[in-house]
Amino acid sequence: MQMKNRSLVSINDLSKEEIFKVLDLAEEFEKNPSQKIMDGKVVATLFFEPSTRTRLSFESAVNRLGGRVIGFSEASSTSVSKGESLKDTILTVANYSDLIVMRHPVEGSARFASEVSPVPIINAGDGANQHPTQTMLDLYSIRKTQGTLNNQKIVMVGDLKYGRTVHSLLMAMSQFNASFVFIAPKELQMPQEYKMFLKDAGLKFEEHTDLAENIKDADIVYMTRVQKERFSDPMDYEKVKNAYILRNHMLEGTKENMRVLHPLPRVNEINIDVDDSNKAYYFTQALNGVYARMAIMASILGLK
Amino acid sequence: MNDKKHLSVSAIQNGTVIDHIPAQNLFKVISILGLDKIPNLITFGTNLESKQLGRKAIVKIADKYFEREEINRIAIVAPHAKLNIIKEYVVVEKMLVEVPDEIKGIVKCVNPKCITNFENVTPKFKVADKKSVALKCHYCEKITDQEHMEYR
Repeated sequence: MQMKNRSLVSINDLSKEEIFKVLDLAEEFEKNPSQKIMDGKVVATLFFEPSTRTRLSFESAVNRLGGRVIGFSEASSTSVSKGESLKDTILTVANYSDLIVMRHPVEGSARFASEVSPVPIINAGDGANQHPTQTMLDLYSIRKTQGTLNNQKIVMVGDLKYGRTVHSLLMAMSQFNASFVFIAPKELQMPQEYKMFLKDAGLKFEEHTDLAENIKDADIVYMTRVQKERFSDPMDYEKVKNAYILRNHMLEGTKENMRVLHPLPRVNEINIDVDDSNKAYYFTQALNGVYARMAIMASILGLK
Repeated sequence: MNDKKHLSVSAIQNGTVIDHIPAQNLFKVISILGLDKIPNLITFGTNLESKQLGRKAIVKIADKYFEREEINRIAIVAPHAKLNIIKEYVVVEKMLVEVPDEIKGIVKCVNPKCITNFENVTPKFKVADKKSVALKCHYCEKITDQEHMEYR
């Protein structure tokens, strides 16, 4: 596989074929998650910023494959707090590990790390920029629930302005003739550059501010959190905060194959009465993260 | 020969004339090419009338010739600049600036959260739009446009 020894910084670094290979491999790991193929390998997880799901699912993936994990979950306990540069941290940690998984609040830090590091880097989120393993597990979840990635109608809801997961998913799904519906308050609408990108690619999209009306013919409803701190005027937040909450009764009349996805953590944007619906998929989606990350690491380490 | 123009910035015997620089970007061109750091005789005129640019500037640098790569560095501030290579008061060659595919150094990334504004990393950009000269950061992937361009 061509991903061997290569860093994964952005989902756009992977060709369609490489994405399919990773998804197929993830499927194989789902069937048989305890293969000791990473025996003797050390993975460093450098989390300069806290994360629950991403870090734990990476560590779970390494452990299930028989590898060992070193690392930290916040920068304050490391030499970074003494003023060490990212470059020096990476060059040091590369001595101790075969692969580095990094989350860092500064945008572009993962690309930079991949240029200075002698071992491959997996970007586990660089600020608001990229989070390719999240995109991979989203793709895996879509393919698994819909049987294909082609011709999907994807409704994206919530914070479409700052949400990196929706931006990366949009870019990735644009390769598969997807159509999109963007549902967001006017303060948090999809940035112009992504709409231009879709126009240039000849892909359809619609923009709405109402949730209930616009999910009836969706294949995927991708929910995200509307964060209060994104609004300059707290009154504006109060006005819209309840408009983007998905409730169980809204699922009536939606397509049978439709599934609700969410990168989590959820606050209140999916009401808990949705959890019991067979259309709620977000916790399984988080589980898929383990298989997707197993597949990515195994590919980069050349083990599969 | 245009006498008025000739008078406004005197001719050089040998060297390079850079014409059709947007007047507001004259000092950026000087800084990007490092003309403020060389001992050569340099004369310039600015706010000259130009049908194409409104107000243009012209720089004449004695005894200095530029490599193609070097000159393309000014493309982001003077995409329509024309160069005349002068030998013994005669124009022996004309060159146009070409907007390159990639730009390294020169410009700062507009994104305050970009790694290039935190660590000692040279900014690198892909030219996303050659006409308006919009730059896409190699690191944070954000666009820096003409309006927000700052020079290092």
